[in-house]
This record gives sequence, C-alpha cells and structure tokens, in this order.
Amino acid sequence: MTTAPITTTAPAARRRPTGRIVLHICLIAVLLVMLYPLAWLLATSFKPADEVIASLKLLPSHFEWGNYSTALDGVNEVSVGRLLWNSLLIAGGAVLGNVISCSLAAYAFARLRFRMRGPLFAFMIATIMLPHHAILIPQYIIFNQLGMVNTYWPMILPKFLATDAFFVFLIVQFMRGLPRELEEAARIDGCGPFRSFFSVILPLTRPALITTAIFTFIWTWNDFFTQLIYLFEPEKFTLTLALRSFVDASSQSAFGPMFAMSVFALLPIVLFFLAFQRFLVEGMASSGLKG
Amino acid sequence: MTATATRPPDAAPPATGGKRAPKRERQGAAWVFLSPWVLGAAVLTLLPMAVSLYLSFTDYDMFDAPRWIGFRNYTQMFTEDPRYWRSVITTLTYVVIAVPLQLLLALTVAIALKSVKRGKGFYRSAFYAPSLLGASMSIALVWRAIFNDGGSVDNLLSGMGIDIGGWINKPGWAILSVALLTIWQFGAPMVIFLAGLQQIPAELYEAAAVDGATWWRQFRSITIPMLSPVLFFNLVLQMIQAFQVFTPAFAVSAGKGGPADSTLVYTLYLYDRGFTASHMGYASAMAWALLLAIGVVTAVLFRTSRAWVFYANDNNEGAR
Repeated sequence: MTTAPITTTAPAARRRPTGRIVLHICLIAVLLVMLYPLAWLLATSFKPADEVIASLKLLPSHFEWGNYSTALDGVNEVSVGRLLWNSLLIAGGAVLGNVISCSLAAYAFARLRFRMRGPLFAFMIATIMLPHHAILIPQYIIFNQLGMVNTYWPMILPKFLATDAFFVFLIVQFMRGLPRELEEAARIDGCGPFRSFFSVILPLTRPALITTAIFTFIWTWNDFFTQLIYLFEPEKFTLTLALRSFVDASSQSAFGPMFAMSVFALLPIVLFFLAFQRFLVEGMASSGLKG
Repeated sequence: MTATATRPPDAAPPATGGKRAPKRERQGAAWVFLSPWVLGAAVLTLLPMAVSLYLSFTDYDMFDAPRWIGFRNYTQMFTEDPRYWRSVITTLTYVVIAVPLQLLLALTVAIALKSVKRGKGFYRSAFYAPSLLGASMSIALVWRAIFNDGGSVDNLLSGMGIDIGGWINKPGWAILSVALLTIWQFGAPMVIFLAGLQQIPAELYEAAAVDGATWWRQFRSITIPMLSPVLFFNLVLQMIQAFQVFTPAFAVSAGKGGPADSTLVYTLYLYDRGFTASHMGYASAMAWALLLAIGVVTAVLFRTSRAWVFYANDNNEGAR
C-alpha cells in the first residue's frame, strides 16, 4: 500500500486500489480451484468408506484414522515402511549420482577448454529434448543383459553418468555467472583444475546443486514409467508403484486407504517443496531465461 | 576400471583469456571431468538409439534373437494397425488442447502476478506447487476419482443441469480430463514467464505511456515481442513433454487406454506393444517414429520462430 512506486509497469493496479483488490480476488479464486484436488485428496484420505461416494461434502463427518492404519499395512503384504525405504533408496541414489556427475560435466563445459567443446555442448543440449522412449527399449535390453532388471540400478546408474542433461545445462548456466577472477587467483596460488573445482567453484555452485538435488529427488520419486518397467517383485516396489495396485482394483471401498497411501507418497514432495520453494522456483525461472 | 582421460592428440584450440597452465594438462583435466558424461552419452544414449533403430527393422521378443524383417514393422504400423493411428490421433488431440491452454493460463496469471506487490512470492509458490505434484501417481488417482461417475466434477455439472456423467468413462471426454491435469500444472511455465516479464525494462512501458499507448497496445507492442523468446522456450519444452504423456492416461484407464481406446496415448500403446505384448521390434519402430515426429515438430517450430521470436540483445555467451 505504502510502498514507493518503484515498479511503474502496472498502471491499472497502481492507480486504483479497487483494481488491486479485484486482482487479488481473481487470483485467490483461481488458487482455490487449483487447490481443490489437493484438499479433496486430504479429505478423502480421512473419510469412512460409506461417505466417499455417497456424500457430496468435502469434509468427512468424522476422521477415519483407520484408513491410515490400513495404508500402513501396505499392499501385497509389503509394509509402507518398506515401500517408503525403497522409494528413498532410489531417489537418494539418483540425487547423489546427478549432483556428482552433472557438476563434473558442467565444470568442463563451463570453464575448461578442450577439443570438440562446441559440438559436444550442442549434443548435450540436444539430448535434453530427446524423448526418453527412443532409447528405452535398448536400455532395457542392456540392463536385462547385465542382470539388473528388478534391481534399482537402472534407475540409479544412469544418474551417475550424467544422463539428465537438463541439470548439466542448469549447472553450466550457473557456473558461467561466477567471476573468473576467483579461479585466476586460485591458479596463481598454484591450484590445478581439480583443486580449483573442489575448493573454489563447487562451494559457490551450491544453490544450483541444491536445485539439482531437489528436482532430481522429486522427479525420481514420481517417475512411474521407469519403475513400472524395471521392477516386478512386490518386495522391491516403491510407493508410486504400490499405488498402481489400487489402479487395477476398481472397487471404491478401498478409496480411503488408497488415498491415505497417496498422501504418504506425496508427503516428501510437499515437505521438500515447503523447505526449498525458493530454490525450486528460482531454479525453474532461470532455466528458461538464458537458453 | 574407470577409463580416465582419453588424452586427445595435441593441437588444442587457441586458448582465450590468458591460460597459463600447459594446454595439454588442461585438456586432460577436461576429459577427466567429462568422463562420466561421455560414457553415459555413448553407452546410454547413442548406442541405444542405434540399437533401437536396428531393432525397429526386426521381429524381436526379448527371448529369441532379433529377426530382420525390413520395413515390415513400419508398413504394419502405418497401413494395417488402426490402434496405432488411434493413439496418434489421441495424442495429437491431447497436445493440441493441453499445451496452448496451459501456456495461455500461465501467461495470463504471470501478467496478473507481475503487477501484484503484496504476496507475490506466496502466489508464485502456490501456483507452482501443482507442477511438482502433478506428475505423481497420487494425483493421477485423484483425477480418476474426481472425474469418475458420481465424482466431484460429475456432481457439480449435473447440479448445473449438465449431465455428462463420469468423464473417464466417456470416449471423447476422457482425454479431456487428462488434458485438464496438464493444464492444472501451468505453474512451471508461469514461473518462467514471470521471470521473463520482470526482465523487460520498465522504461519501455514508461515511454509508451508517455506516448499515450493503451494497455492493449503496450501488451502487443512491448510485452509480446519482448517475451517471445520465453514463450518459444515454453512452447518447445511443453510440446515435447506433452508428446510423452503417460502416467495420467495410465491411471485414468487402469493401464488399458480405454474407454474404446480414447485415452490410448502414444507412449501407452508403445508400452503395451513392447512390454505387455513383447513386440520389442514393433515398439522400437514406434519409438523412432515418435522421435522423428518430435524432431520434425521442433524443427518446424524453430523455423517459424524466426518470424515471431524477437531477440532484443544477443549477448548470451553460450554456445549455440
């Protein structure tokens, strides 16, 4: 209200306070519609079985905690704790792999000179756009030959080989913004490329590494397709895959436990989002600007 | 076991910016840093692409050796398989509905948010949240329930006298519910638009206002041209992603692509052919057709971009 008019780009909202209020009302209305599915999910996870279909009300008549204890038992005789651990294992491995391999590759592209740098960089950018399905089947065959089907390696190993080019690009963009003088100084002090990477560049790249880590975690956590084709033993299932068993069950009586389990599956993402929203939003915003 | 530093022969490029360390050493160092990526690009990207191209000309079921059958897979796909065309049309319908609407919504909200002073950060995060959650199985299941017979949407619409029933059971409507899930995730492109909007120099608007330009005129002559690179980026990215939609279609149809194949999107059919029916050769042919289709669409977009994408100052130092 009393902020000085530093930004002068919104005449309508600046001049008339009513215009501003209308704007806020519109935004909140859109927001409410958008949040409805999430509210619905949370409410349904607490609903007793008979209320799920019959009742039009969003809020349950009483909170049915039984849904959650049913969900905790898991599916196919595998407990939620186990499913959660499996999910964490895959996502954690993927995060580790991406942070290490992508920052290594990014440093070379951003700071070092080598033959074929231009063409290789162009190729790396092109692989961002490559549809995953074009390489899916041969990858499957390779992992099958290696005896890695029904293990977590197909989800983790590629991350250690920097196949998520998007993150290489993200980190390259970030490193290009760092002042070169720092490395010059380090070099004069006798640091080779390795020392200067680990002691100078890497600590400064932390924001981009955090963005990489969080996005990798969330995307791996949500990645249904890869888990679907590589894992078939219920013991090895992740939360995401376990939810699939509910897809086949058509009866609506399982709604409460199914959505209680869905809440479990979304919880880590929501927590990450709340904790790191700035990194996520900024990371996403910067990815589009310097292409 | 790590194949370190495949040292390239000498003849380093002219080093710019006063490199003092011996070129040969720095070259070697670069390859050490690059080695994971090089290995990944070769073994997990280039090799698989070549192999899938080869497999697309074979009959292969994962157990017996691939049998060369020439263009048989492709001719079958294009001329004898109505489900293939069904999946192409379903995917195109989905892309054509979801991508423009999502970008339009993202742009509208971004423009509205730009003039907001209080609570901008909150709105931005709140609108962005669905983009992180939307790809999950959990939300896809919510979608299935909300758009089912007697679900929230059905109740709301029949309350208003519109009786469609459950969208997911109606051919024609089912894919629309999948598209709505994509539109719901407009936050990611919105955040990119907003960042782009904030980079447009305020002087441009001031000068236009002094000249008496209306809001619409400013929008058309300043905002759109200045934002066109970001718009283009979003368009290409969302389009490529949309062609590969899988999870929501899988959830809505319990993995079958029904009703009447109306949610049988391309990747779902590819999964069905390759992994359910074990026709890996056929699925590889489908994968290559998809790759080529996306390549063509992207190339066309890049071609047309010369006419409508405006680069104000070309000072990006990036390789292109």
